[in-house]
Amino acid sequence: MADMGNCIIELKGITKTFDDQQVLRGIDLNIYENEFLTLLGPSGCGKTTILRIIAGFIEADGGELLFNGIDISKVPPYKREVNTVFQKYALFPFLNVYDNVAFGLNIKKVDKTIVDQKVKKTLKLVGLEGFDKRDVTLLSGGQQQRVAIARALVNEPKVLLLDEPLGALDAKLRKEMQVELKKIQQEVGITFIFVTHDQEEALSMSDTVVVMNEGKIQQIGTPVDIYNEPENRFVANFIGESNIIGGNMIRDCLVRFDDVDFPCVDKGFKENEEIEVVLRPEDIDIVEPEKGQLVGEVTNVVFKGVHYEIMVETDKRQYKIHTTDIQEVGTKVGLCVDPDLIHVMYTMEY
Amino acid sequence: MKEFKSLVKPYILWSFLLIIVPLLLIVLYSVTTGGNSLVNIRFTLENFKKIGEPIYIQVFVRSFRLGLITTILCLLFGYILAYVIAQFSEKAQSILILFVTIPMWINTLLRTYAWISILSENGIVNSFLEVIGLNPVTMMYTDFSVVLGLVCDLLPFMVIPIHTSLSKMDKSLIEAAYDLGAHRWQAFWRVTFTLSIPGVINGVTMVFLLSISTFVIPKLLGGGQYVLIGNLIENQFVSIGDWNFGSAISLLLAILMLLMINITKKLDKMEGGGDL
Repeated sequence: MADMGNCIIELKGITKTFDDQQVLRGIDLNIYENEFLTLLGPSGCGKTTILRIIAGFIEADGGELLFNGIDISKVPPYKREVNTVFQKYALFPFLNVYDNVAFGLNIKKVDKTIVDQKVKKTLKLVGLEGFDKRDVTLLSGGQQQRVAIARALVNEPKVLLLDEPLGALDAKLRKEMQVELKKIQQEVGITFIFVTHDQEEALSMSDTVVVMNEGKIQQIGTPVDIYNEPENRFVANFIGESNIIGGNMIRDCLVRFDDVDFPCVDKGFKENEEIEVVLRPEDIDIVEPEKGQLVGEVTNVVFKGVHYEIMVETDKRQYKIHTTDIQEVGTKVGLCVDPDLIHVMYTMEY
Repeated sequence: MKEFKSLVKPYILWSFLLIIVPLLLIVLYSVTTGGNSLVNIRFTLENFKKIGEPIYIQVFVRSFRLGLITTILCLLFGYILAYVIAQFSEKAQSILILFVTIPMWINTLLRTYAWISILSENGIVNSFLEVIGLNPVTMMYTDFSVVLGLVCDLLPFMVIPIHTSLSKMDKSLIEAAYDLGAHRWQAFWRVTFTLSIPGVINGVTMVFLLSISTFVIPKLLGGGQYVLIGNLIENQFVSIGDWNFGSAISLLLAILMLLMINITKKLDKMEGGGDL
């Protein structure tokens, strides 16, 4: 975890409707200094809308937007201490790399020598030293991306907003930029608000992940929390792969599903409360049939590179299992789950 | 693809017959005397010398001045119109652009006659002034009537290229300018206007070239005595019959226009290419 300071941006009950469609249904969110926060969700979940409200390009219909405790919902974008890295970079095609980066400082009539220092320093930070005179339209996607980041960072914003900035890059470059972005964030020590629909991206870069769906926040937490302790079926399904099974909480630390009682570590549910259980495919062990908590037959095996994806059919359902050990189709196997790898969630209200 | 290349041949022949040959004839006429007779041909530069006479220089100056005024007014109104149109939804934009072009569907002559009936001594405007008790104003056969006619006639040529460059502009560039601290006005100048410069240059070139070579509007709205380059050329061919002198004027005008197009293109590159 990065060292997080005070709350810098506060969203309180933010709502927004476009053409009769409710895009945001009451968003409450605190964003801290120094934090790398990711808004994660499928397209149309409202994550970009939140970003645009913070940037000032659109105004929320309801709720409050506080910046360092002061309501900024009526402040125009050019007066806000945030800068944006746009989805398609939005670099000015008529300016070279240097002038693109210097744009914000020149608008603010900063002294030329200071502009020069800052632009050079920022270009170095994003790894584009010596690219000053290049035509931005002739740069590669990754380089344009870096210019866009430099153009925003050079203004020394308190918060940097990034709207799916890696979406247009190929897989390998994406991975590189993820590492790089995280490094840049730690170096400049400001808050990054990052929007993506890519769960892997969110998990590997963020201090905090905000999972969204249909204009509502589903869960806020660290990547580890979000993955290991999803709060509902949506989060469990969206982040990673999972087996989701309906069941009952017999009592604290004992859950029943598929007519079998499993010891677990979850507490605080009502007796016999209906719940849903998440089993990550990599958390299920394949053992001898007589040692298994559940028994089933292997129906399908797919090689996935690092692991095999094995489907095991029990008399109740099919389980998806990730393991590095191959199994023959048709083998009878037992399935086992450690108590601390069973995660119990409240059933989702729809 | 290669076999399709031969398809271009008829077109080359066509353009040669209809564009290159007449052009060459104009060049030939401009440096000879003896009119249409190809037998008594005699090479001379007299025709060009004649253009140097003060009376003709005056015509050129007047034409360029008028063209300049028309272009500036067209740019001013055309830009505003194009900008406003570009703010609408895509569907509304195509309808509005249609409205801008509708006058072009009607013959220039008819449109110009309409202006006469509006502007003349006992036309619509003066009748109205009379009704509200004001003195009639002379509008016909003045710079005002000619410029008005030209601006209205040529406005679409300014609006369409500017609108095209404004409408295909990436809106996120303007947001980026706001984001980087630009006010509305700064964002407009530094981004919107800069990006529309190619459209502006196209529009300015077209309007200026059309306005200095026109002859119908100045003839009808400016009266017979209002001689511009276009009228001068027309007179040489139609009434005076000095095709050689007419060709010389046309050629000189064409050369001046080419020079201007070249200059504007260079300006465009300087604006657009930065330090490249």
